[in-house]
Amino acid sequence: MSTIAETTTLALNADDITVRFGGLVAVKNVSFTIPEKSIVSLIGPNGAGKTTFFNVLTGLYRPTTGSVTLGDLDITGQSPHKIAGLGLGRTFQNIRLFGLMTAAENVMVAQHSHTTSNILQIVGRTRHQRREEKEGRAFAQEMLDFVGIGRHADEYARNLSYGDQRRLEVARALALKPKVLLLDEPTAGMNPQESATFVDFVRRVRDERHLSILLIEHDMSVVMRVSERITVLDQGEKIAEGGADDIRNNQRVVEAYLGKTGTEGSAR
Amino acid sequence: MSVSTPDVVATEPRKSDLVANHNRRWAIGFAIAAVAVWLFYTFVLPHLGTTVNTGFRQWMPLNSINEALVWVICAVGLNIVVGYAGLLDLGFVAFWAIGGYTAGWFMSTFIQAIQNGFYFLSAAPPGQPGIHLNWWIVLVLAGCICAGAGILIGAPTLRLKSDYLALVTLGFGEIIPQIFLNAETFTNGAKGIAPLDNVSALPFGPATITVAGAKLAISKPLGPFDVTTKYVLFVIVASFCVFVSLRIREGRLGRAWLAIREDELAASMMGVPLMRTKLAAYAVGAFMGGLGGVVYAVHNNSVFPDRFNFAISIILLAMVVLGGMGNVWGVMIGALGIAWFNSTGLPQFGDSFNQQFGTEINFPSYNFLIFGAILVLMMLFRREGLFPETRTRQVLQEAERSDDEELDGGEA
Repeated sequence: MSTIAETTTLALNADDITVRFGGLVAVKNVSFTIPEKSIVSLIGPNGAGKTTFFNVLTGLYRPTTGSVTLGDLDITGQSPHKIAGLGLGRTFQNIRLFGLMTAAENVMVAQHSHTTSNILQIVGRTRHQRREEKEGRAFAQEMLDFVGIGRHADEYARNLSYGDQRRLEVARALALKPKVLLLDEPTAGMNPQESATFVDFVRRVRDERHLSILLIEHDMSVVMRVSERITVLDQGEKIAEGGADDIRNNQRVVEAYLGKTGTEGSAR
Repeated sequence: MSVSTPDVVATEPRKSDLVANHNRRWAIGFAIAAVAVWLFYTFVLPHLGTTVNTGFRQWMPLNSINEALVWVICAVGLNIVVGYAGLLDLGFVAFWAIGGYTAGWFMSTFIQAIQNGFYFLSAAPPGQPGIHLNWWIVLVLAGCICAGAGILIGAPTLRLKSDYLALVTLGFGEIIPQIFLNAETFTNGAKGIAPLDNVSALPFGPATITVAGAKLAISKPLGPFDVTTKYVLFVIVASFCVFVSLRIREGRLGRAWLAIREDELAASMMGVPLMRTKLAAYAVGAFMGGLGGVVYAVHNNSVFPDRFNFAISIILLAMVVLGGMGNVWGVMIGALGIAWFNSTGLPQFGDSFNQQFGTEINFPSYNFLIFGAILVLMMLFRREGLFPETRTRQVLQEAERSDDEELDGGEA
């Protein structure tokens, strides 16, 4: 079924995930993999369980059953900061930057798990600490340059334009040195021109930062163009998976988005 | 902060450099002021006329400055928790009390069980029962005990958020002084612990040492009235707290605190361990609260449980808010101002007023009315405090760019 050969190593493997909130089953037996260096997408109508699934991957929710592996590490039920440190970066649908910190500081926060200075070293400003700060600042600048907002390094995040804030979110996530980058509706609020540029940008991130990308996206033109594989969720279940053409012509996907045609009747 | 072209940005100094310059200027100002006060009270004031001396004794006795320094130390500690990490703590008096009692236990004759006395570099006269440690050691000890207590209190309470956290800390702020009041075996109950050992200025060494048969006084024990030397000691402790605050702010931990203050969820998703980082804020704040407790005990030469009341937590919070949350220098000025006003300014003003107009108004009893009014006015007209952090000034004074755009684009 998958368009990618099964022999490729997996960057992330979510196996048979179920999430139950009381009586409500938000995600039901969903298995999902992200092959290394790939760009995959997760789509589905509103309420399909995309966000819940996302939150399981990032450690915000513990799955009722199932397991998540990042590389060869089991991260099921680990706390979010641990998972982030192990190499899972993310951006947020409604931008969540640290508004009163400069762009560079935002990126440096994400280096937390890769730095070690303790409180005494910070107060004493030891050589180790100074080196860490210097390298951190340089790396932050590198990431900001990479996403194209290097000149705004010293600007407070809240003062950046909307597009630049989106870029900063990516730069911040990249500072985690992630193996997998999760982008939650990254083109929300972008015009078609910007969305088109974004497709190239996603590819460039994948190629130059050597990571895999999972996209949750509503803009189908972006999804169809950038994804090597698309997974469709509906009402908590995986209803389809495959390349752009497979998905476009899949009857169940069309039904999920547009509803069934009248001739088929309402019973199911 | 208009949208600037790249070349303009390049010529602007970096924000971190601006902050460093700003801090350097304040630090120099503080050092000069501290030394000037000392010189003035030691060398100048005694030579001025009686009227000037009386005036100063009434309106600005050095004792009131010393007490204000105690408040500075604690307020700077509370600023770490409230201003840096954004955790509302209404029970900071707990650490003040623990610090005070640590001084009581390790610097007095209170622990009678040790009959011959345990002395370590102490300036106290020999041959008394109890533990007598050098007060610098007691400072470190109290700081560490308080940091431990902070972690102990924080571990369960920091799972709560905002208002709930504030309520529980308020509870601990009540519980701990009550424990000190009621655990008579360990604290002497309402009778408190008094007097404390005299402290000595020099970090190490007994009151006198004998060199080649001659007794040299290298470290004079400071009596209760030796306020000028105590002033120097308190300034040193306060400077230490300020120094630590500034250093931590610029490092990895300070950024993590700020990130938590800004957006807790996003911070955790960026690899910041919430619990550990918050506990660190609690521990560092409590450490300084402990220092403040010891300094307060030394200032009063005693520890009494009724001194550690809820009002202290609130006044400390008022100092942080009035001075400017997050900005150490602002907090320091807020603390000096409010402490002086509370201990000296208001009573003196009341006395003068009553004398002038023949009234009998008890002005000090209205202090909370006045604080309340000041805080309300502040919230109306200057929410960011008198000397706000540059960042905070941003929010409250400048138009927010993303707001405008949200209005145009609408939220998903």
